[in-house]
Amino acid sequence: MGLAFFYIAGAVTLFGAIGVVVTRNVVYAALFLLVSLAGVAGTFVLLYAEFLALVQVLIYGGAIIIVILFGLMLTRTSEYEASGENRRWPFAALVSIGLFALLAYAFLADSALYNSSTREAISVEELGRELFEQWAVPFEIASLILIVALIGAVVIGRAAPEDDEPETGPGSTQR
Amino acid sequence: MMLIHFELLGAGLFCLGVYGVLARRSGVMILMAVELMLNAVNVNLVAFAAFRDIPTATGQVIAIFVITIAAAEVALALAIIMRLFRSRGSVNVDQIDLMGG
Repeated sequence: MGLAFFYIAGAVTLFGAIGVVVTRNVVYAALFLLVSLAGVAGTFVLLYAEFLALVQVLIYGGAIIIVILFGLMLTRTSEYEASGENRRWPFAALVSIGLFALLAYAFLADSALYNSSTREAISVEELGRELFEQWAVPFEIASLILIVALIGAVVIGRAAPEDDEPETGPGSTQR
Repeated sequence: MMLIHFELLGAGLFCLGVYGVLARRSGVMILMAVELMLNAVNVNLVAFAAFRDIPTATGQVIAIFVITIAAAEVALALAIIMRLFRSRGSVNVDQIDLMGG
C-alpha cells in the first residue's frame, strides 16, 4: 500500500520535472514546477516528515512559485513563448543520463547495506528541539542570510539610475 | 518501500535538473531547474535520516536550511534577472557576455 503511494508521488514528481525541462512556454514550466514540488511534498509525507511537507507546500508552493511568476510577469519578452534549448542540448542530455547511470550504479551497489524498510517518525517537537538547541547558531545565520538577501534583492531590483540606460532598449522587445 | 526507491527518485530529479541547467537558454528556466536539483537533495536528506537505525532529526533540519537558502537564492536571482532585462532587454543567458568568455 505504501509502495503504491510512493509510486504515485514519484510519478507526479518526475512528470512535473520532465515538464519543467521540456516545455517551451515559461509559464507552463512554472506550473509544472509546482506539480513537481507537490510530488516532493507527498514524498516527505511518506517519510513521516509531515512538518517538512507542510513547509514545502507553504514556502515553495506559496512563495517561491509566486515570486517566479512575478519575475516572469515583470520581464515579459517575446522570446518567452518559445524559449527552447541551446544548441548544446545533446551534450547536456548525455551528461545528465551519464550522471544518473553513475548514481544509480552507486546506490544499487551498496543497497545491501541499507535494506531496512522501517522508518522512524520524528515528531515536530523533537525537530523543533533539535533545531533550536543543537542548530541554534546556524538557524540565526540563516535568518541573517534571509534579511541580507531581502535587502540585496531590493537594492538590485529597484528602478535603475541614469547610468544604467538600456543599450538595446527594453521598449523594443517589451509588449 | 526501501531507501533505494527514494535514492533513485532523488537521483532522477537531480539529473533532470542538471539537464535543465545545461540545456535551457532562459535565465528563469535555469533557475527553475536549480530548484529541482535542490528538491532532489532534500528528498535524499530526509530519506537517509528516516531510514537510520537511530532516529535523528538532523536530516530534516538540514532540509529546512536548504529550503531557506533556496528562498533567498530565488529572490536574489530574480532581482538580477530583472536588472539584466532592464539593461539588455533579454533574459537569454547566451546573450549575456559582458565579461567576454
